Amino acid sequence: MSDQSSGNAQDSDAALVRKIAEKYVSQLGPLLPILHAIQDQFGFIPTSAVPVIAEVLNLSRAEIHGVITFYHFFRETAPGKQTLYLCRAEACQAMGARKLERHAKEKLGVDYHETTSDGRFSLEPVYCLGNCACSPALMIDDFVYGRVTPERFDSLVDEV
Amino acid sequence: MAEDRVKVFVPRETAARSLGSEDVALAIEQVALERGESVALVRNGSRGLFWLEPLVEVEIDGVRHAFGPISADEVNSLFEAGFLDGGNHPKGLGPTEELPYLAEQNRLTFARAGITDPLSLDSYRVHGGYEGLEKAVKLDCEAIVDIVTESGLRGRGGAAFPTGIKWRTVLTADGEQKYVTCNADEGDSGTFADRLVMESDPFVLIEGMTIAGIAVGATEGYIYLRTEYPLAIEIMNQAIKLAESAGYLGVDVMGSGKTFCLEVREAAGAYICGEETSMLESLEGKRGVIRYRPPLPAIKGFFGAPTIVNNVITLSSVPIILARGAQYYKDYGSGRSRGTLTAQLAGNVKRGGLVEIGFGKTLREIVEGFGGGTATGRPIRAIQAGGPLGAYVHPSQFDTPLDYEAFAELGAMIGHGGLVVFDDTVDMGEQARFAMEFCSIESCGKCTPCRIGSIRGVEVIDRILSGVDESANLVLLRELCDTMVAGSLCALGGMAPFPVLSVMDHFPEDLQAR
Ligand SMILES: Cc1cc2nc3c(=O)[nH]c(=O)nc-3n(C[C@H](O)[C@H](O)[C@H](O)COP(=O)(O)O)c2cc1C
Ligand code: SF4
Ligand code: FES
Repeated sequence: MSDQSSGNAQDSDAALVRKIAEKYVSQLGPLLPILHAIQDQFGFIPTSAVPVIAEVLNLSRAEIHGVITFYHFFRETAPGKQTLYLCRAEACQAMGARKLERHAKEKLGVDYHETTSDGRFSLEPVYCLGNCACSPALMIDDFVYGRVTPERFDSLVDEV
Repeated sequence: MAEDRVKVFVPRETAARSLGSEDVALAIEQVALERGESVALVRNGSRGLFWLEPLVEVEIDGVRHAFGPISADEVNSLFEAGFLDGGNHPKGLGPTEELPYLAEQNRLTFARAGITDPLSLDSYRVHGGYEGLEKAVKLDCEAIVDIVTESGLRGRGGAAFPTGIKWRTVLTADGEQKYVTCNADEGDSGTFADRLVMESDPFVLIEGMTIAGIAVGATEGYIYLRTEYPLAIEIMNQAIKLAESAGYLGVDVMGSGKTFCLEVREAAGAYICGEETSMLESLEGKRGVIRYRPPLPAIKGFFGAPTIVNNVITLSSVPIILARGAQYYKDYGSGRSRGTLTAQLAGNVKRGGLVEIGFGKTLREIVEGFGGGTATGRPIRAIQAGGPLGAYVHPSQFDTPLDYEAFAELGAMIGHGGLVVFDDTVDMGEQARFAMEFCSIESCGKCTPCRIGSIRGVEVIDRILSGVDESANLVLLRELCDTMVAGSLCALGGMAPFPVLSVMDHFPEDLQAR
């Protein structure tokens, strides 16, 4: 994660963003790969990255911002240490996702798109993880879990 | 010596992993080491029998024997029972291929899934891989397109458009540069066939796309892959590298002198980007706002060039069509729905998984026969077919054959083949509300009936459920649905009302004050 408090860190972040953007600039349609690479690096797309990307791609800041906000996956704020992607879609609903969703929010004390006050978890909704035959499904960072009962949710969250 | 080691298979695939296959694989290695048993652990994909995952297989005298579902705690007992030498175990299921769930399917597109090591080209070739491309490189473009047309293959992404006709349009369109894009955004709830192919048999998709490229004269391909599928992304990227270094991709595909390069592009969590024009916008690095049609993507697609957009399953079905011939594929199926349907049993179902079978079986045969009814053991109340824009099918309609035209007659759709089962505890009013809510979350914003109509839809349903002007609001809801169906530019706004209307028509008792 980047340290936003010092000017030096910001400069080096900007340099890193530029390096990432330049790595992809020669591809056809480089913007999404760039945004993914930046989010992989920082955990989110820092506001300060937008003008740098805009400059490298010769686009306006508004265009870059418009793309970031269109996609649910890109975030503009730092996430918690781990991100919980809870599936809200129909196959999971059929196996109790609504109950699991209430439980998860209560247990973590947050709503969707929020991060727990201790900074450990961010909670995000997703609409299908392709694990619909083993629902309800939950992805923690990039590992998918199946048949997640409220009890299993607790043990997964307590474990990590 | 490698030959002395008994082959044991444990899937490295999302569903199996979600139920603990990584721990099982680890335990097998550990226990084998402790006991001094010589085991060759293969991380295969999954056969798609998810109700049996983690499914462990042992190869004895060339025959694979299944054990499942196995938890890490049970691994020791497998060894105690002598499972490496054909010993009995309470979780023993006999030869895998003889499991009725598998034996009664027609595995064409999924011929290798769960059998091979997904990242072994040797294993791919031993099981018939690259036979299709080998034939294709010897044919001219027209001949390849003719075979695909003749096979009767229709798009498996949802719209069921004839694939050969789409390819011919791209082939005959003017353009120096043409592209093949694969729609791997698999956004429909209840579907996982694309993921399963990509994780279990990635080379079949690569081969299918390469054949498509050669058929229409495209030298570059892109796979637009759902970001929610990190393992599929990893495996596809690895498989592409392997295919490149073995000369199956690149400047001289299989010594043909033809060029085809392939790249994975990660999507970013927008359902609408599964719609083909939105997907192309996204690939170009823009907001995924729907384009007006015409022009068709086949004529002006990726950066204005003639572009094939096909679903993962469509493209993965091409190699076997080339290898075995159009007639072989066409012999499966019914009516105008030729070949196999990759049905996906999901939700509240006892035996969830992938069922690949010729079109024409009834919904009941699939969901009750293969699926075994609900997981909870309660009666089935409804099946949502074809994803979040598909109707909720009522039990009185379960004898409808799974065939594109028969489903269309019901006002339902097969779509990408997802079948989501609900038991009698489902609240259909909530399901109708969710259909509108989902549309409002995922709308690209281009047209009012979809963007605003869906928000109004949620509000109207809330009023009905809380008993405010119930009958007037029911009339309003139907009018709103009609407006969305008639006035939306694409099928998100145009079809999101279908699940709502199906609830109004078949489950009206749930759409009233409570
Ligand atoms: C809202 C919406 C979402 C769609 N999502 C997908 C998808 O995730 N995957 C897919 O292959 N097709 C999807 N489609 C269908 C595509 O627009 C397109 O018809 C398909 O990719 C063409 O490939 P095919 O002919 O091989 O089916 C979607 C369509 C709509 C309207
Ligand atoms: S129907 Fe909805 S998703 Fe489709 S173009 Fe209109 S606003 Fe966009
Ligand atoms: S609906 Fe939840 S994983 Fe598919």
